[in-house]
Amino acid sequence: MHIAEGFLPAGHAAGWTIAAAPFVVHGARAVVKEVRENPESTMLLGAAGAFTFVLSAIKLPSVTGSSSHPTGTGPGAILFRPPVMALLGTVVLLFQALLLAHGGLTTLGANAFAFAVVGPWAGYGAYRLARAAGAGLLPAVFAAVALADLATYVTTSLQLALAFPDAESGFAGALLKFLGVFAVTQIPLAIGEGLLGVLLFRVLTVNARPELERLGVLKPAPLATTGGAA
Amino acid sequence: MTRRTLVNALLLLAVVALFAVPLLLDGGTSEYGGTDAAVTEELEAEGYTPWFDPLFSPAGEVESGLFALQAALGGGVLGYVLGRLRGRRTATPAAATGAGEQ
Repeated sequence: MHIAEGFLPAGHAAGWTIAAAPFVVHGARAVVKEVRENPESTMLLGAAGAFTFVLSAIKLPSVTGSSSHPTGTGPGAILFRPPVMALLGTVVLLFQALLLAHGGLTTLGANAFAFAVVGPWAGYGAYRLARAAGAGLLPAVFAAVALADLATYVTTSLQLALAFPDAESGFAGALLKFLGVFAVTQIPLAIGEGLLGVLLFRVLTVNARPELERLGVLKPAPLATTGGAA
Repeated sequence: MTRRTLVNALLLLAVVALFAVPLLLDGGTSEYGGTDAAVTEELEAEGYTPWFDPLFSPAGEVESGLFALQAALGGGVLGYVLGRLRGRRTATPAAATGAGEQ
C-alpha cells in the first residue's frame, strides 16, 4: 500500500496531505489525552503501536505469486478508537519513509490516509457493527482486523486510479487494474492478520481483563459466577 | 496443555500454513515481488517519472536489516507488554481474572 516517493502528481500529493493532516493532529491529541487521563493505558497503547510496527515490516507471500505486508492497525482501533491509530500509523509510515525509502514524504499524506485513517475506521466500523449485531468479541475482532488491512489496500488502489486513470477505460478501468494488483494479493494476508488479531485478543482477555473492561471491550466481570476457580 | 493454549497454538499454526502452503504448492515458479514495486514499475513503464527522490535510500542488504530492525522493535515491545501483563496476572492469582485458566 506504500505509494513510492514522488509517484503521486504534486496536486494529488498535496490534496491527500491536507486530507490526512487533521486526522493525524486529532490523533496526536487523542494519544496525549489517553496517556494523561489513563496512564495505565500506556502499556496497551505500546502494544497496539508495536503490533502495527511489526506487522507492517513483514512481507508475506500470497497465492497470486506476489508478496505484500499486513497493516496491523485493527487491534489499536478496537482498543483505543481510530484517532489513536491515525498517529501511531503515521509514525510507522514516517519511519519507513525516512529510513527504508519505503513510501515517501511527498506520498506520506496519501499513505497515511489509507493506512492510518481509512483502515482503522473501516476496522472499527466493522467491529461496532458486528458487536451490535450480536457477534462475540473474537469474531468481531477477526472481521475488524481483516477489514482494516483490506480497506487500506482498496484505498491505495482508489488513490492511484484517481491519479492515473486509464487512457481508454478511465478511472474505473484503472481502479480495477490497481485492485487486481493490491486487493487480490491482500485477501490471504487479511485473513492471516485477522487470525493473529484473534490470537492477540485471546491473550489480552486473559491477561489484561481490567484494561479491556475499562476500555469497554469486555463487560465487567462476566465470569464472576464461575465458582471454585480461585 | 490447556484447551486455551492448544487453540492458541492451532491459530498460530493456521497463520503459518496460510503462507507456507501456497509457497510449497507453487514449487518456486513465482517471483513474489512486492505489490508496491509492481505498481511503480508499471507506472514507470507507462512513462511516469517520479518528481521527488527519497532523501535516503538504504542499499539492498542494509534495507533488509532496517526492515528486520522495525520488526524487532515491534516484536520486542509487544513481547515485553504481553510478558508484563502475564506476569502481573500470575503474580496476583485470582485477583485480576478469577477465570479458571491457571
